[in-house]
Amino acid sequence: MSAATGTGRATVLYDAPGPRTRLRNNVLTLLFGAALLLVAYLVWAKFDEKGQWNGKLWRPFLEADTWTELILPGLRNTLSAAAVAAVLALVFGAVFGIGRLSEHRWVRIPAGVVVEVFRAIPLLMLIFFAQYGGSLAGLIVTEFTAVVFGLMLYNGSVLAEIVRAGILAVPKGQAEAGYAMGLRKNQVMRLILLPQAVTAMMPAIVSQLVVLLKDTALGFIVAYADLLNAGARVVPANFSNLIPSVIVIAAIYIAINLALGYLATWLERRSRRSPRSTAVPAVPEGAAGDEVTLAR
Amino acid sequence: MRFGTCMLVLAAMATSLTACANSGASSIVDKAKDDKKLTIGIKIDQPGWGLKKPDGTYEGMDVDVARYIAKELGVPESGITFKEAQSANREPFIQQGQVDMVLATYSITDERKKKISFAGPYLVTGQDILVRADDTSITGEDSLKDKKVCGAQGSSSPKRLADKFGPDWESKNLTQQQGYGACLPLLQNKQVDAISTDATILAGFAKQLPGQFKLVGQPFSTEKYGVGLKMDDKAGRDAINNALDKMFKDGTWRKIVDANLGEFGKFFATPPPLERY
Amino acid sequence: MEAVVDELPVILHAFWLTVRLTVISGLIALAWGTVLAAMRVSPLPVLRAAAAIYVNVLRNTPLTLIIVFCGLGLGTVMDVQFSRDDLSVNNFWLSTIGLSAYTAAFVCEVIRSGVNTVPMGQAEAARSIGLTFLQTLRLVILPQAVRAVIAPLGSLLIALTKNTTVAAAIGVAEAALRMKNLFDAHGDAVIPLFLGFAAGFVVLTLPVGLLFGWLSRRLAVAR
Repeated sequence: MSAATGTGRATVLYDAPGPRTRLRNNVLTLLFGAALLLVAYLVWAKFDEKGQWNGKLWRPFLEADTWTELILPGLRNTLSAAAVAAVLALVFGAVFGIGRLSEHRWVRIPAGVVVEVFRAIPLLMLIFFAQYGGSLAGLIVTEFTAVVFGLMLYNGSVLAEIVRAGILAVPKGQAEAGYAMGLRKNQVMRLILLPQAVTAMMPAIVSQLVVLLKDTALGFIVAYADLLNAGARVVPANFSNLIPSVIVIAAIYIAINLALGYLATWLERRSRRSPRSTAVPAVPEGAAGDEVTLAR
Repeated sequence: MRFGTCMLVLAAMATSLTACANSGASSIVDKAKDDKKLTIGIKIDQPGWGLKKPDGTYEGMDVDVARYIAKELGVPESGITFKEAQSANREPFIQQGQVDMVLATYSITDERKKKISFAGPYLVTGQDILVRADDTSITGEDSLKDKKVCGAQGSSSPKRLADKFGPDWESKNLTQQQGYGACLPLLQNKQVDAISTDATILAGFAKQLPGQFKLVGQPFSTEKYGVGLKMDDKAGRDAINNALDKMFKDGTWRKIVDANLGEFGKFFATPPPLERY
Repeated sequence: MEAVVDELPVILHAFWLTVRLTVISGLIALAWGTVLAAMRVSPLPVLRAAAAIYVNVLRNTPLTLIIVFCGLGLGTVMDVQFSRDDLSVNNFWLSTIGLSAYTAAFVCEVIRSGVNTVPMGQAEAARSIGLTFLQTLRLVILPQAVRAVIAPLGSLLIALTKNTTVAAAIGVAEAALRMKNLFDAHGDAVIPLFLGFAAGFVVLTLPVGLLFGWLSRRLAVAR
């Protein structure tokens, strides 16, 4: 994350503390610390008052069976929907991202329209449409298909923009050198532009994949048996522990996404050091950093 | 190499898609006799009806009835594969042959009979109201007019109330959550006063938290739970109806109802008449 | 097409709810996100850590889960209730809390990246004339930082507009849930209805994009 390096710069906002400031800071730290602890205590007390800390509600999570039979199948479904959608979205993004850069107007304009339209429509609406529109057309649309379809179109469109930005970020001279060597258009794209662009796009792509993974949770609304479904429906159906269960599930999501986030940071650092690409790390249009792409 | 991996995934998807498409045309009776195996669609998140337990087994009224039918068709318990059937995909599951039959709080309706056929019913219930155990102010459908009610999205039960009481009531007094399980904490903590859907579903959830809730017991609709089968499987329908008939008569039905619905079993006194066709 | 015309009042009402959700959550998220950003660059480690934890937890949790938690948890466990006699008001505000809590995490990160675009000399000059940390932030840094991130804030607002559909998870009858209900009611008009609702979102988001693009050019800090 580009901003993560900012903590060093942010210290410019205040001087190295002298003895009086240090004292004041210590007092303030104490005050704010106490305030935060108070908030935490109030939340804890409310949970206690409603019996949410009752061991009966939490003990199921200490038992292996709860995990292997109820939670992990949900996680598997979440990951498989995310994996299939990611592959399809990458293909979709590559096709339409490159299509948008085509010299032919009849390719460029439709590709642009598709990308802009699907970026403007909320994902949940795409999923609903896949379900109802599909059955209208006589197709059998499972929850999995509907979720993957929506994720592919939406994230594919965002990835198309990332691909386009990535290719445009490769200095012009690279393509020109390719043409000078007598390479054809698709050779220039395949051998020169894409390999360099991919390196530059990698952090943005991984960030978008985090978004995609989070968005699989929308499957819950159409009763896809994903991780959130396991946590908010299947586990509480056994133990009547909705709130504890949702908290545990949230922790799983956070852990996975944090890991992916670190992967993105690591890739970004590596690509910044790497001499293999002449392109600067790509940031999709309108974004100040990968934080924005994460917001979908 | 990366491209190769992509292709591999796509190929795997393609095969999994085609794998769903094959379906046998023969009767469930033949399949049970020849293979000694059945795949049965049930709910997995409906206490009292079809619930997946942490130990990987299933329990509930639908599950017990399914086991009884399978036994009568000559399939041992080890030959049964249970598969989750969600409300929206029950008909396609049967049509595609992904399951041999469905027992999933599955109401017999004329609309559905255009796509599949039904044996049974094995239980008749109706839309009822679940309230907190100490609440005496709700006595029937009409008393919901000035009460807060929770229902599940996509369920027909809240829709019936909304049609009756109008859009203003719907906006102010009705909240629609993801499934009836999500309504329970709202009822427990007095965010709403009542949950309204099939008495059977309410009973299943209420049994999970004994003593906290009670069923009003004034059903205001009729839902007949049947066994979903392929459209043209008359032999299968007859065989299953015979099995159900036997189950009603040998006392197993009573045992299953009481075991799965507990104190709420008393609302279901006698087995319903079978609707053979 | 008839279905769209017949149901136009319902559709417009749904979008009015979407707009209200967006505007109110957007304002709360902007304010709360700015506070979080200030915490993240503050001299007090305890505030920096608290804000960092908040941001990392919220933005790595699926919005659907946050909304479900707000809808089923805040009321039942924390006794948060906005209206005794209108459940739709209650659900509206519960989902607003979820949407703004989630979006604020992103606003915080955007503003923080804006703070990094402000040249060091600005803060140094501010300090040298004796401004305190809060004064430096309020009078010198934030006005420039926010102007540098107008465009990404616009992207966030567009994302928020689309994210309001997730409130459907707890039964808020905004555009997506209404669309699904209309699908149920008019099974033969799925495509026109979908196109109608999709057009609605294009109408909502397109001007926002243009407006923020124009604003960001207009307000850009000339250096």
